[in-house]
Amino acid sequence: MDVLTEAFRWLNDPLNWTGRQGVLALTRTHLEISAVAVAIALVVALPVGLWLGHRGRGATVGVVVANTTRALPTLALLTLLAATGWFGNTATALACAVFAVPPILANAVTGVGGVEPDVRDAARGLGMSGARVLWTVEVPLAMPLIAAGIRTGAVQVLATVPLAALVGGTSLGTVVVSGFGTQRYGKALAGGILVAGLCLLVEALLAAAERAVTPPGLRRRERAAAADSRTGRRRPRRAPVAATARPGSNGSAPPP
Amino acid sequence: MPSGPALAAATDNPWFSWDYLERNGADVLRYTQQHASLTVQAVLVALVVALPLAALAHARPRLAGPVLATTGVLYTIPSLALFAVLAPATGIGRTTVLIGLVVYALLVLVRNVLVGLQGVDPAVRDAARGMGYGRLRMLLGVELPQAVPAIVTGLRLATVSTVALVTVGVVVGYGGLGQLMFRGFRSGYHAEVMTATVLCLVLALVADLALALLGRLLTPWRRTSRTRRRTPRTPRQASAAPHEEAAWTS
Repeated sequence: MDVLTEAFRWLNDPLNWTGRQGVLALTRTHLEISAVAVAIALVVALPVGLWLGHRGRGATVGVVVANTTRALPTLALLTLLAATGWFGNTATALACAVFAVPPILANAVTGVGGVEPDVRDAARGLGMSGARVLWTVEVPLAMPLIAAGIRTGAVQVLATVPLAALVGGTSLGTVVVSGFGTQRYGKALAGGILVAGLCLLVEALLAAAERAVTPPGLRRRERAAAADSRTGRRRPRRAPVAATARPGSNGSAPPP
Repeated sequence: MPSGPALAAATDNPWFSWDYLERNGADVLRYTQQHASLTVQAVLVALVVALPLAALAHARPRLAGPVLATTGVLYTIPSLALFAVLAPATGIGRTTVLIGLVVYALLVLVRNVLVGLQGVDPAVRDAARGMGYGRLRMLLGVELPQAVPAIVTGLRLATVSTVALVTVGVVVGYGGLGQLMFRGFRSGYHAEVMTATVLCLVLALVADLALALLGRLLTPWRRTSRTRRRTPRTPRQASAAPHEEAAWTS
């Protein structure tokens, strides 16, 4: 049917954009809830993640936390909160924060924990204290991963907030849910396009921000690594072993 | 339709109720089956699509970027929006949910299979080439088996998140246990919501364990060599197994 035309007519109607339940107001609420959720998640996850990574014992914790929370359906948490009487935007923000914590936490732990031990040793040898090692060495080196975690968490929140519309929250998801509820699929489609567009836009913005906060040195190295091999995951740690083994082995070591 | 809060206040409304399960056993079982079959189908279809895609991206490295980027963009679109976009084309019901689930499982699988294929030890590849393996035989006989651990990790991730995602299918009226959850919420029936939630978690856990077991069975060579291989590493390196997806990178 002409769902597409219906969707575009809905999007073209200025009355749908303004007002208390208009797209603009809904977008604003959507973004506000998301911002609050991400802020809560940051406050909870970042210190814990940095500390665990710094102590070097968090890698397994990160994996376990990451994998268990994936299993909990977002809708389940939202419904549980709503069924206990927690309606509205605060509850939505809280529930979404729960889902933003794992990526931020896991990436902070793996990022800081994965800093080359030699680099850490060198920083210690320069007489840096634990806190200074963390702030001036480990965090900048782990920045790409930490930023990626925050970006993933933020986009996930942005994608989760619409679900709250099912249990009575207000966000852009309201358009979709009410469209489905009243069998006006054009409206649902319009809402879907709006939500998807918002997510892709924010994702692009955050990707740009991520690049901006990555220290220039790392950026250059990353590009070199990308040109070198696209894996990005191959551990460079084997190299030192080979380097020390070379003089004694029957390899083609250059004559001194 | 009875209004939720009023009903909840009037009657005893426990979170866990054996009584509920006994009386609605058939219903619960039906939705659980629906949930499980949707998950299995979605992950299988996604795997069938992901393997050739990843193999292509592996064989033609120039395609790796676009393939990952496309699946990444699809992955960014929220499930609710995707269902809303799909529904006019595919109708209300099973097909829409299935397509959505496949799309989301796809990114995880493609990325993991690709990482597995690219992570094959170059020495192994050299040895195979030296034995006269061609492109295709190398892929099927050497690289794919070597990538099994990564593929299984991807399958586990995809399955667990698919189990959680099926619930969103309520918007198109086909959400497995989500249906139960939503109904319980609408009528303010705590036991129904809680039962569905717990069953979701159990389903994810069971699927995860089954796949982990399958991974062990498929890679008998890793069981014996693992202990030997781990000893020279430092504890920290050993704990972060290369195939375990500890970090989210998108």
